[in-house]
Amino acid sequence: MNRDSLAKKRSESESKKITSLKMEHITKRFPGVLASDDITIEVGEGEVLALVGENGAGKTTLMNQLMGLYQPDEGRILINGEEVHFKGPNDAFKAGLGMVHQQYMLVPNMTVTENVALGYKKAWKGIKLDLKEIRKRIVEVSEHYGLLVNPDAYIWQLSVGEQQRVELVKTLCLGAKFLILDEPTSALTPQETDELIALLKNMTSELSIIFISHKLAEVKALSNKVTILRHGAVVFNGNTDDYSSSEIAAKMTGHEVELPENKEPDMHGDVVLNIENLTVMSDMKVPALNGLNLQVKAGEILGLAGVSGNGQRELAEAINGLRPVHSGKIEFYGDEFSNKRPSYVIKRGMGYIPEERNIEGIVPPFSIKENLVLKDSTNKKFSRGKSIVKAKDIQKNAERLKEEFDIRCPNTSIAAGSLSGGNIQKVILAREIDREPKFLIAVYPTRGLDLGAVQFIHNELLKKRRDNVGILLISEELDEIMNLSDRIAVIYKGQIQDILDHKDATRAKLGILMAGVKE
Amino acid sequence: MTENSFKIVYKLSVAVLAVLIAIAISAIVLAVVGANVLDAFYMIVFQPLTSIGHISEVLLRAIPLCIVALGVCIAYRSGIINIGGEGQMAMGVIAFTGVALAMEGLPIFIHLPLAILAAILGGALWGFIPGILKAKLKVSELLSTVMLNYIAAQLYSLCLRTIYMDPAGGGTPMSKRLSSSVFLSRIGRTPIHVGLIFALILAVLVWLLMWKTTLGYKMRAAGSGARAARYGGINVAFYVTLAISISGAFAGLAGAVEIGGVHRRMIEGVTNGYGFAGVVVALFGGLHPFGIIPAAFFFGLMKYGVMRAASQMGIPANMVDVIQGITILVIVTAQMIMSNTYLQARIRRNLGKLILTKKEREEIAQNRAEGGAK
Repeated sequence: MNRDSLAKKRSESESKKITSLKMEHITKRFPGVLASDDITIEVGEGEVLALVGENGAGKTTLMNQLMGLYQPDEGRILINGEEVHFKGPNDAFKAGLGMVHQQYMLVPNMTVTENVALGYKKAWKGIKLDLKEIRKRIVEVSEHYGLLVNPDAYIWQLSVGEQQRVELVKTLCLGAKFLILDEPTSALTPQETDELIALLKNMTSELSIIFISHKLAEVKALSNKVTILRHGAVVFNGNTDDYSSSEIAAKMTGHEVELPENKEPDMHGDVVLNIENLTVMSDMKVPALNGLNLQVKAGEILGLAGVSGNGQRELAEAINGLRPVHSGKIEFYGDEFSNKRPSYVIKRGMGYIPEERNIEGIVPPFSIKENLVLKDSTNKKFSRGKSIVKAKDIQKNAERLKEEFDIRCPNTSIAAGSLSGGNIQKVILAREIDREPKFLIAVYPTRGLDLGAVQFIHNELLKKRRDNVGILLISEELDEIMNLSDRIAVIYKGQIQDILDHKDATRAKLGILMAGVKE
Repeated sequence: MTENSFKIVYKLSVAVLAVLIAIAISAIVLAVVGANVLDAFYMIVFQPLTSIGHISEVLLRAIPLCIVALGVCIAYRSGIINIGGEGQMAMGVIAFTGVALAMEGLPIFIHLPLAILAAILGGALWGFIPGILKAKLKVSELLSTVMLNYIAAQLYSLCLRTIYMDPAGGGTPMSKRLSSSVFLSRIGRTPIHVGLIFALILAVLVWLLMWKTTLGYKMRAAGSGARAARYGGINVAFYVTLAISISGAFAGLAGAVEIGGVHRRMIEGVTNGYGFAGVVVALFGGLHPFGIIPAAFFFGLMKYGVMRAASQMGIPANMVDVIQGITILVIVTAQMIMSNTYLQARIRRNLGKLILTKKEREEIAQNRAEGGAK
């Protein structure tokens, strides 16, 4: 196909350029909450606006109104100076807006091409679907923007980073001239994040972007302008270059934020968790851990760094009795944990903050107070003779933990699943820490959380360390690992690559080990 | 209008609207089949409430519905859907009749409890099988409970035609009249039996079990979030199996009260669709024991009224089923609308522009003024 017809084709499929987009005095109420409070934002041609704020500040709600998913109660939206009314996402697509949601909206058992076809109205010819045309368009778009995707791959075969690219390609194929990205990097590894930022930077020659984030490094790297929301209202507007990351952080939380560091003397406790030659299968029935050896002492934080998917989840699950052990041993204070029930592990004093906080760490429809006794319902503190629930004590326990752990909720009888990510994590943390565990396994404990919540969780982990509790901290945030750990182990393909003392660890050294290179 | 009073008015109007819609559609159906619409409505909905005799008939139908639904509620809350009530009830009937026939001559205070216990165990066994299959082998309970319904139905039929058959019955598939030592006594001169009291006590017990005991906590945790429950040290497979076994036991008990209280001999069709209707009653009652009681009464009313309309007014019985189906659909839809708080808030805001109190209007005006000053 020659260039002219390509260009013609594109001009047909795409809406006209968006040179300015403005949301004026947007107000949106939900029962009991003012989700958007008289918000005004403006984005010009080729600009990148970072929409920053803590969890629950109303960023996603604002963008959902822009996309027509919700109707604002008051205020108006202007594109190129003309007022528009979007009754649904389709109207927004037609106007050239495209949104990539935090949770990817892809069908796992369909190919990339088929997924794009779902929204690609032009290829639906009566009852016939022209997949070839779509495939051509995907290749064209992905080459144009340098977004490498294989149009014939099934979604379930792709890594999270690749799925992200598919979402972008899908949005661009549908003719987006203006991108809205909701926390685009929250599930990506550090390397994937850097790649994505570079890609997006390239795109700004043709597109304008609004992106939601609370990772300030990205905000600094990518955006021209920054708007900070707190409790549904704009508290700050400015040019990104004029402010430092810590200034933006302070404006976001309303106070200065400094993440704690582990500056305490080394602990020389006994080895309490001893893992030898551990082999565990993944869900696909292939070895996820391959003869892994690891020792953790009482009173130390051992950071386990690595790109996710190298056996971290399987390690945590095997220790906690949630995944069968194929061979090897897991010794905890002299007890053998291999192939034991979760209740056995819990009784011996193991605390566990799981990776999937929304479906594993809490029972979503259960109230906060019920979730806080998930592991202790038959404990004599909360039951009479192991059988009758002591409702009053459960209530009192919840009130106390709500205060101590600053769980933000109207009351402790509401469903835990309705809380924001940060508050759910506080519920889990409160339960695990208040049980006074002998050891704590924390898996991605701050993933997707805002700075205030991260600070809180880091402080709690350090507090536990001072109580001589051993902690296995599994994370892919290198800053988190380097700030908190006494020793840092790097996991790669189900084995420990190397263990460094925190004094010897640098980002570069860890990065090389995480990539599987061993000196 | 305050938030709370609006909520009540809102829910009432949705309910009234739902009833009107159900009546309108049903009226069309009745008119199409050529029935007198007003008479039919009177006969189905109101006449059953006009005398003690009629109310007794309604209650008689509500008793097994309520007991089965309570069992369904326990299973459902624990994460396993029991649509095997029909088979479990049949097993209850078979076991009850077996003990009744085999141990004649025992005094009532031994014979009746033994027969009831047998019915409970029979139902529980029929619940345990799909439970253990799901727990150990991940067999879908939707499949296994329905298959077990067929097996139980054939076993039932077999018993009635062989070992249980009344030699003096002239070949009719039924047992002989059971001895009075397995009868549930009736209340006053009505046909209502003490099964009614069982049902009410069981409702309270189920509520206590599910919300006041650690056992109930664990079963609900297994049902509301199996992964989180497992993480929390709860043996999900065990509690799911236990829940559907209890659920089966309830259906078995429903079979016992039908034989001991109503028929007093085993005949065909005792289960009468109660096993399936129990699932609807449980859902309709909000999967809560205290919602199930009125739901069971309502369904008992429909079942009785509809039967009478068919026999007395000549309305085709299947049209009557259609009306019952429509009513259930409309009411369930109305329930969903009522529980949608977003919709409620939106309607309140839109209406609010029309029906604000003077004070509220002033407040809003004031807020606007202050906002403008900023």
